Amino acid sequence: MDLLPFFQWCYETPIGEAIRNSNWLFAVIEAVHLVSLGLLGGAVLMVDLRLLGVGLRKQPTAQLWAATLPWLLGSVIVLFMSGIPLFLSEAIKCLYSFPFWVKMTSLFLVLLFTFTIRRRVAQTGLASDRPLLGRLTAVISLSLWFGVAWGGRWIGYS
Amino acid sequence: MSLLAFFEQLAESSWSVELHESQYAYSIIESIHVWTLCLFFGTVAMVDLRLLGWIMPGVPVSEFARRVLPWTIAGFIILVITGTLLVFAIPVRTYQSIFFRGKMLLLVLAGLNVWFFHSRVYPSFAKWDVDAVPPRTVRVAGAVSLVLWSCIIFSGRMIAYNWFDCDRQPQPAIVNFLTSCVPNDSGH
Repeated sequence: MDLLPFFQWCYETPIGEAIRNSNWLFAVIEAVHLVSLGLLGGAVLMVDLRLLGVGLRKQPTAQLWAATLPWLLGSVIVLFMSGIPLFLSEAIKCLYSFPFWVKMTSLFLVLLFTFTIRRRVAQTGLASDRPLLGRLTAVISLSLWFGVAWGGRWIGYS
Repeated sequence: MSLLAFFEQLAESSWSVELHESQYAYSIIESIHVWTLCLFFGTVAMVDLRLLGWIMPGVPVSEFARRVLPWTIAGFIILVITGTLLVFAIPVRTYQSIFFRGKMLLLVLAGLNVWFFHSRVYPSFAKWDVDAVPPRTVRVAGAVSLVLWSCIIFSGRMIAYNWFDCDRQPQPAIVNFLTSCVPNDSGH
């Protein structure tokens, strides 16, 4: 499958071009991306720390999942809304960037994992009888998010 | 010794040069700084949202302070260590960066907010610990913290850009004043 025409099209969109032609747009969007990344980190950690047996240990995982869900979804939406324009502005570079593909693969996997297995583990309280299952879920979640963060930071160095 | 002279001397130290010239050290330290931000700002944001009454109203604030804040402090220690190393790697330019200076000022303000909260607001926590929406002073401290730390991330990210660098002249006089830049004289 030849992806170049699609990436070329992305690169040539008016949004991509506007960001490339601006001195400060990329920087500002990137900063917004970074602040939402921090917020996402909080929403993810509240559940994953609990699954690891630390953090808010007295609260059931189902409660933490439900309470952090709006913040998780909200930050993911802002991350997409800021990340897509950033991508458009340098789509061709991304096509040939190894970190970009690591990031996209990890992102797909972590969203899939979060809203299937991790949701199930947190909502049903499965981990309260099986602490190992909880720990494993948290480790997989954090590792995949780390793949996203690693790729994200290293696109800039590639 | 002036601050500029201090940073100039720092720039000449062997470890500053080595950090600066190493192929991967700078990128790796900077990455750790950014990743740790998720731990630090993420946990700060969750505590602040609780102070605002916007998340987990049924969980006592003291429970957040006891179980979540240690992670915030761990994150802060890593941020200070990696951040200091990043300054050591590029001392003079960073010292003269308008965004770095803004970030340090905001850090002082955030520190004052932490001090204010822990010395003036938190001691009375028994009265509002289980409130779904804590009193106004508590909420204000939470909101101020959220805004300040977001601005700190913002200005920190901007240090990477050279728009107002001393070696890019002409700059408006106010910029050169704020960056203590003396054009022509200083090639940094």
